[in-house]
Amino acid sequence: MPGGMKMYGKHRLPGRLFIVEGIDGSGKSTQLMLLQKWLVSEGYVTSFSEWNSSPLVRDVTKRGKKKQMLTPMTFSLIHATDFADRIEHGIIPPLKAGAVVLADRYIYTAFARDVVRGVSSKWVRDLYAFAVKPTVAFYFRTPLDVAMKRILGGRDAIKYYEAGMDIGLSEDIEESFRLFQSRIIDEYEKMVDEFGLVAIDATRSIEEQQTEVRKIVSEALTGTKKSKVRRWLDLASLAKGSRK
Amino acid sequence: MAGFSFFGEGLPEIDLAELKGKLIVLEGTDGVGRSTHISLLKQWLENHGHAVLDTGMTRSALAGKRLKQAKEGHTLGGITMSLFYATDFADRLENEIIPALRAGFIVLTDRYIYSLMARAIVRGADPEWLREVYGFALKPDAIFYLRLNTDDLVTRVLQSAGSFDYWESGMDLHMGEDMYDSFVHYQRWLLSEFDKMVDIYGFEIVDASGPVEEVFPELRDRVMRIVDATAIESRPVGSAG
Repeated sequence: MPGGMKMYGKHRLPGRLFIVEGIDGSGKSTQLMLLQKWLVSEGYVTSFSEWNSSPLVRDVTKRGKKKQMLTPMTFSLIHATDFADRIEHGIIPPLKAGAVVLADRYIYTAFARDVVRGVSSKWVRDLYAFAVKPTVAFYFRTPLDVAMKRILGGRDAIKYYEAGMDIGLSEDIEESFRLFQSRIIDEYEKMVDEFGLVAIDATRSIEEQQTEVRKIVSEALTGTKKSKVRRWLDLASLAKGSRK
Repeated sequence: MAGFSFFGEGLPEIDLAELKGKLIVLEGTDGVGRSTHISLLKQWLENHGHAVLDTGMTRSALAGKRLKQAKEGHTLGGITMSLFYATDFADRLENEIIPALRAGFIVLTDRYIYSLMARAIVRGADPEWLREVYGFALKPDAIFYLRLNTDDLVTRVLQSAGSFDYWESGMDLHMGEDMYDSFVHYQRWLLSEFDKMVDIYGFEIVDASGPVEEVFPELRDRVMRIVDATAIESRPVGSAG
């Protein structure tokens, strides 16, 4: 950490950081993917960062989860370690280079989950004090029933920690998931004011949500670098002699 | 009896009143003989009928192996490394130290959060932030700081270099003299960070400059005072006098 450790809100970096938050099944990843497509088509240099993405740390997290050897405290710390690696390697360098960084889940995921697991809310906020403050943090607000339908319809079985089975809310995994996620929603709602999360009504159509997201993002992009590299379509039309 | 407490915002779902044992920490830079003293103390305490758990850094079941790899690969940044160590420590605290204390063991630990904080500070981490992060740690019953002054430290470092630390640190890839300078410089820096913690955390300083035969009896006597206190407390009421 040459130059010392910078704290939340104190980083001065030329890039932009947009993050999405929300419970599983809120559709946030779809929205982020669509945002990235648009940014790329507009010529912005984008970089993508997601939860549990540091290879070395991910290994420990995976093993800990598989063997169910994580306590609320080690669960919290191992995710913070993974996040620190994302920050140091995947987020700060592109932001320094002036890129647009898109992150699927950010510190607010940890704040919600860890507090529901019984970890002190002050402690976990202090723990993540090294995080870069996002340019805009979107929160995809979804009623639990809507999210449950999306999840139970399409994906594999609900996982042990995702359902909060480790804190013994219920013996039944689906019931535990419901109870756990509803507490997560309560935590997110508290954070809307605390951190100025931009709430998006995720019950609306995908297109309506994306239009709103793009509008907010484009307002925050003034002065951001665009790529000088032409897209292949331009090159293809050049090759044809088109002057368009 | 004072009992245990956390430094800051503690671990969830731990009943501190259940912890009956004693937590004794040995701290100090490299080359002060911590592990020698730990093994002597363990033998001595066990001979006197106490159950002892000895434990050290980066050995947790959860992260120990990967942490060692990370250190060798130098791929992780300073904040990431600090938090990886904190994870490893939390795993040992919850799965080794606390269960042993609950069972009435005397826990001897070779280094504790102080070494972890000193190393992280030297690598640029914010001291205030580290204090908050390690708020979940238990306050020990005693912290013995085996201390060497800079000259003695350098002598010990010179003695031990060329063997374990030299190769383990991958410093053999560099020019010998630069490697030495860097190693000595690093140890001095750590020493100054430890010295700053003496008052903040209530370290008991043990002069480690003499031979083991001289240092150990002093350390043993100090440990005895803490352990005897346990023995008196555990006697039935009325039988103490």
